[in-house]
Amino acid sequence: VSDRPRGETAAEQRADHGAGLLDRRLLFFTGKGGVGKSTVTAATALLAADQGKRVLLVEVDAKNNLTALFEHAPVGFEPRQVHPGVFAMQMDTEASLREYLKVQARVPVFGRIGPMARAFDFVATAAPGVKEILTIGKICWELRESLQGRADWDLIVVDAAATGHVISQLDAPEAIQELVAVGPIRHQTGWMVELLSDPSLTALNVVTSPEEMPVNETIELVARAREALNVPLGVVIVNRVLPELFTHADGELFEALRAPDVRAVLEAHAGTGAAAVIDAARLAVSMRRSRAQHLGELREAVDLPLLLLPYLFVRDHGLRVTRMVAEALGQELL
Amino acid sequence: VSPTSSSNAPSIAALLAAREVVVFCGSGGVGKTSTAAAAGLGAAARLGGKVLVLTIDPARRLADALGLEAFGNVARRVPLDAYREFGVEPRGELWAAMLDTKRSWDELVLRHAPDEATAYRILDNRMYHNVTSRFVQSHDYIAMERLYDVHASGEYDLIIIDTPPTRNAIDFLEAPARMAEFFGGRLLRWLTMPYRMGGGRGGRVFNAASKPFYQMADRVLGGQFLQDIAEFFLNFQSMYAGFVERAHAVEQLLHDRRTTFAVVTTLEGAPLREGETFCRELGARGFDLGALVLNKALPEYLLSADSERAAEILGRESESLARLVGGDPPLDDVEATGRVLRTLADSFRNYEVVARREAELRTELSRLPAPGPEVVLSVPAFPADIADARALARISEALFGADLAGTIAP
Repeated sequence: VSDRPRGETAAEQRADHGAGLLDRRLLFFTGKGGVGKSTVTAATALLAADQGKRVLLVEVDAKNNLTALFEHAPVGFEPRQVHPGVFAMQMDTEASLREYLKVQARVPVFGRIGPMARAFDFVATAAPGVKEILTIGKICWELRESLQGRADWDLIVVDAAATGHVISQLDAPEAIQELVAVGPIRHQTGWMVELLSDPSLTALNVVTSPEEMPVNETIELVARAREALNVPLGVVIVNRVLPELFTHADGELFEALRAPDVRAVLEAHAGTGAAAVIDAARLAVSMRRSRAQHLGELREAVDLPLLLLPYLFVRDHGLRVTRMVAEALGQELL
Repeated sequence: VSPTSSSNAPSIAALLAAREVVVFCGSGGVGKTSTAAAAGLGAAARLGGKVLVLTIDPARRLADALGLEAFGNVARRVPLDAYREFGVEPRGELWAAMLDTKRSWDELVLRHAPDEATAYRILDNRMYHNVTSRFVQSHDYIAMERLYDVHASGEYDLIIIDTPPTRNAIDFLEAPARMAEFFGGRLLRWLTMPYRMGGGRGGRVFNAASKPFYQMADRVLGGQFLQDIAEFFLNFQSMYAGFVERAHAVEQLLHDRRTTFAVVTTLEGAPLREGETFCRELGARGFDLGALVLNKALPEYLLSADSERAAEILGRESESLARLVGGDPPLDDVEATGRVLRTLADSFRNYEVVARREAELRTELSRLPAPGPEVVLSVPAFPADIADARALARISEALFGADLAGTIAP
């Protein structure tokens, strides 16, 4: 179904700014719940893999539904290939800690880590940024290993925390530097900050939909990210953009068709259901209108490239939908 | 009750009339806050009494829709006069409050700390803000705690509470128990022991069990950092008794027969699965599942055979139909009219696909284990957002049935 909305020329002009998106090495995706953040993240991974890249797809929230978008069983902390070129992993802070201790801190991991893990979990929950640093640390580590030739991810794509939590997630290395005066963690975070703030490597992208709350949250997030984060912003991806049914002239024609006498003619020939068909179009037009207004507000308030993805009138979920979104995204990035 | 039933009228009113607390939950973006507010409006209008909507969502538009400039921790009365014009004849009072997490925590500390000095030592601790703003379930807990407080005041006949968007929908159910465990647990005593035995800021005395942990933690976090945390917990522990008692009371209220839960979802894959999980979890934990609200549902006419047939004819015979209705401008442009008719047919088919997907998801809901929700409600998709009183009144109408309100005169 081709639903590339008409009349979005301003966005088309801006879209070329987003063209280099996949040339970076680390892409974070955030967004309000329910806007399709995971689908867009998965589609980005798929698109990059289609271009021949070897992609690490990281799921941060413990929902474990990302691999379903590739029609693959859930994965764990160890990356697994879920699609040609796409390797998925599920973040697990305890596993990340264990890996850190073994590889970097060189603390011998003895058998007793089991009961201690709970104690550590307890402290990590309360202490600022510890969980976040274990998450972001693992991601940065994979990036550094790739840059230094010890791992070979061309691109790392992260389904990051929702808008409410993403700042504290990405800010963790710097927050830790402020809180911890000395110690190994402080020493460990400097290089992370460097990677995260490099615009040629990293971008934070926001997924949204043209509805009131998601648009408001996006505007607020972009402003807060500029203020509080050193992570460069990438693009705003507007998901589920409804197609415009009519041009202005055709819209007037549609109104004329709704007149009682005309309606009666249509009903006489197409049956009483004709009224419902007209009502359905009326609903579609008003929904589109209300969304266009929110899209306008977003465009006004945010000066990042906007990529528009059409609402998909499809029945199923899974890989086919992920592919459709990837194709639409590819079009926008041309 | 069959989840496919769309007859809402009798049950939601009965449910709200029989309960004192309704907890609205569901995943983010499903319209939970508006639905909760609309339920409150309907209850105040239809059932009378004093109704409080306690929300955690700071959306300005909701405040606007309720006709309030702003609202915070202190409840404000919603002027219902504005709703008369939409056919709502209020019998009762509607009040609204928004949960201010930070302030609620501060009040809690001031209440439970043994003395003012300790309270301020806690409030000034740099760990405090972090623990209260980031500790898993801290928002959930404070919401439940606030609910308990308001309920205990006896000021309201009905309290409708909107829960925070959690990563995991069941988090807040466990929040009181976790909180009690957190502050009362052996783990905390074990963790802070070296500091207690070492006497304040000085050295630490380890026992054999905790030593490996501290070695590891020192290595990762640095010793000073860990000491800061321990000091904070030592202060916080002084509130232990009050805290745990309170957490248990909150838990009891949630299990009380006067409390029920309403799960809100849209008919989309991910939110629905989360809603379903939530219904199961509530059941498994012995909570009362009062209502399941299917929000933003597409109209049923999209699935009627009549409309399907009409769409087909409008598309297939667009040209002859265009000639038939042609005449006065703008319908004199037969070609354009034919194009518009084909667009109507195409658009109908698009939305029909989505409606069919929704219907399938609806059917899946019938797999919910018994007893299932007492009431299943459908709220239609409205073209615009919940921007004003009219929109809120419309949701309320959808929830309670067409004949809204206090119009049932006593």
